[in-house]
Amino acid sequence: MNGEKKKKVIRTINIDADKCNGCRACEMICSAFHASPKYSSTNPARSRISVNFDPLNDIFIPVMAGEYTASECHGRYTIILDGKKYKECAFCRASCPSRDIFKEPDSGLPLSCDLCEDLEDPSLEEPLCVQVCQNDTLTYEEREEEMVEEEEPGDLEIGLEALADKYGLEKIMDTVARMSISKKG
Amino acid sequence: MRYAETGYNLEVDLSRGNIEKVATDPRLTELHLGGEGTAAKILWDRVPPEVEPFSPDNLLIFSAGLLCATPVVGANRTIVSTITPRNNLHKSSIFGGYFGPELKHAGYDKIVIRGKSPNLVYLWINNDKVEIRDASHLQGKGALETGELIKQELNEDKAQVAAIGLAGENRVLLATIEHFNNSASRGVAPVMGDKRLKAIAVRGTKDVNIARPAELYGKFMPMYQEIYNNPEAGDVCTLRAYEGTPGLAGGMLADGVIKWHLENFSWGNARERIKDYWSKERKERFLAIEESSQRRRTGCYNCPLDCHFQISYPGRQTYFTKCYSPLTYLMGAYKELDFNYDILGVTQEYGLDGYSTPQVLAFAVELYDNGILTDEDLPGFPSDNGERFFYLVEKIVRREGVGDALANGISLAARQIGRGAEKFDHNSIKNIEQEPLKLGRMNYIYYLMYATGAKASVVQIEGSYPQVPIPDKSKREEYVKKWDAAPERFKKYFLEWEPRQRPSIEEAVNICDWNETMHYIDDATGICAFLSSFNGQWGPRVPYHIHNLPDFISHATGMDLDSDKLWEIAARNRNLVRAINVRRGLRRKDEDAPEDHWKERDYEMRAKLLDAYYEFKGWTNDGIPTKGKLDKLGLDYVSKDFIQMGILTGEEGIPSKESSAEKKQK
Repeated sequence: MNGEKKKKVIRTINIDADKCNGCRACEMICSAFHASPKYSSTNPARSRISVNFDPLNDIFIPVMAGEYTASECHGRYTIILDGKKYKECAFCRASCPSRDIFKEPDSGLPLSCDLCEDLEDPSLEEPLCVQVCQNDTLTYEEREEEMVEEEEPGDLEIGLEALADKYGLEKIMDTVARMSISKKG
Repeated sequence: MRYAETGYNLEVDLSRGNIEKVATDPRLTELHLGGEGTAAKILWDRVPPEVEPFSPDNLLIFSAGLLCATPVVGANRTIVSTITPRNNLHKSSIFGGYFGPELKHAGYDKIVIRGKSPNLVYLWINNDKVEIRDASHLQGKGALETGELIKQELNEDKAQVAAIGLAGENRVLLATIEHFNNSASRGVAPVMGDKRLKAIAVRGTKDVNIARPAELYGKFMPMYQEIYNNPEAGDVCTLRAYEGTPGLAGGMLADGVIKWHLENFSWGNARERIKDYWSKERKERFLAIEESSQRRRTGCYNCPLDCHFQISYPGRQTYFTKCYSPLTYLMGAYKELDFNYDILGVTQEYGLDGYSTPQVLAFAVELYDNGILTDEDLPGFPSDNGERFFYLVEKIVRREGVGDALANGISLAARQIGRGAEKFDHNSIKNIEQEPLKLGRMNYIYYLMYATGAKASVVQIEGSYPQVPIPDKSKREEYVKKWDAAPERFKKYFLEWEPRQRPSIEEAVNICDWNETMHYIDDATGICAFLSSFNGQWGPRVPYHIHNLPDFISHATGMDLDSDKLWEIAARNRNLVRAINVRRGLRRKDEDAPEDHWKERDYEMRAKLLDAYYEFKGWTNDGIPTKGKLDKLGLDYVSKDFIQMGILTGEEGIPSKESSAEKKQK
């Protein structure tokens, strides 16, 4: 599969941070959609979008959870833009050891935005955060691009990878083996 | 499993440094919903009438509304309840933003604070980990600045903070609790200062459960869009500031609310209206100042509207305006918008109420101009009104010299200063400054709301029934057809309402009852009044009302609820708050509108209205809920206490009129 050129739909959420009023409905509804059963609970800490804000400095930046990273960056950076000083990591999408966002609060496992992919639900042509955002801070766009396609890792794989980074693959395999024996026993 | 609520309160004793997580009784939710309602139950049970507001035994309760953190749009209010030193009565004050939902996610419905800390402290709630932390380094820090400093030292960007400024620390009765773009005013912050509690920071990462997920979600997205597109929703002061919507409120908001406030509210110490104040030049000047100092409009948790202006005025820290606070200081001082923005930069950080404070300042200026306060009281008092306001603010927040009396609000200050100052206290009810409105013809509905309201401010009581009639009968009919919010009898009143016509006493009583009932519901659920109880008056399309709220509450909580049951819960909460106040001595003699509120002083009608309202409510002619009424609402424990204390004999009986009127509504 790898290396083959294919047409791929690129799905993009455009963020116009100047329009954000900080209502955080995107966080609320994201957490409700990903709850199990669906919509049975809310918890912005489990949301895959986070409005990073610093209201006294007029900073409201919605950021969607990107990839999990096992270690934090070497060194950090801050940005001053239009006279506003943005805090470290303000724009970063990573689920990263340096901070709490984009992790399941109980397990610490990483979260990643899946653009609300639900093939069975036609009302989800747009991610819910975009649907709920009335003032168009978040807008959605799809376009086709020819590119080398790689298989995307599923939730389980992302979670296992995080655990493997933390404990080592061998320890996880041992634990899984032990668990399966004790279940059988 | 508990739905919508967490089922736990956090009990904090600041004297002993003790912290407990306490499970709550789910039956209380059925009886009172939550928020102000369940807080009133705690105050009734645990704060006996002899407890003074500044006693360690007084409680300060932060309640997240019942629906906070659920998908119910605009449910984000935190309700702060206590016995206030302003008048030794029950007070709850409400603020929006993010605090209530965050508290729910931390696992608590309420924070119940008792005792008094020996040193200035703040409370840090991080899910199950709760700490009382030293706040000596935050002493004197601004209210919003404190929030930022706490988040920095905890390294918790996502924590939500409610804090007092210097005014609250010094137990200034005009103080506020500030959180992001919202504040709680009217006398709850001085209790926080008295307990030496500078701030509460909360971070929560737990789930809040929904009873009927699919049903509630089905209502969420349509309501979110409806609220965004509904011209009657939100704070009209900011959303309809310069350009009104002609169809709304019988044209009241047609030219924008800034003009309306400037020309209809009174300037100085609630003294004079300046009609024709507004002009094209003024509007341009106002807009230019706004252009240079407003940065962004901000909203509250889970609401698409952005009712708050973020203001960055040169030399001042960023702050957020609320309602018509951009006008209150300029009207008090006879200044313009730049002055108001400038002084708000100072008063917001001190944590001072933007409604009471300018009136107190104007009152002090009036006392000086009339020789009651002298240069001895106010050494070096400037000649410019604006500079005088800045001067007085510094005296008040530090309780320096005459500022110590002024810090208690107009009524108490007037009595403390004496020398005839009492004559200048003409716009207060139960020691609390009212909106500076001085009008001609007496308004029966407003008389009742002013006189009997437990919320100290008419904007916390009015709002479901329109303020003015529609002259054209066919337009009235159209209005009523679209008016889902109104129970049938109000449609009838409205259809028959001609310009200049006054309501009958029966109508006035019913309308007052409906208006206040909606607020009692919001203050239990935590839904913003600008989407519900306050905004029904602007048009027929208010997002939340007595007929659709039961579904939202039921889907979120799993409670079995209909409109009648919801109305009854609101009545129960209203009567319980009333009972707390009656037990503390509130009687008919304390209930009146400011004497000069209307030029027309119909004392006979005032008495008739009160008679009728009390009877309708099932209260004695002295304003005490009767045994019959209390027992019917399941407040038997209140009537038992009343009889034991000699407040009631028990023979007062169930008033017959009220029950028949209640039947009529169904």
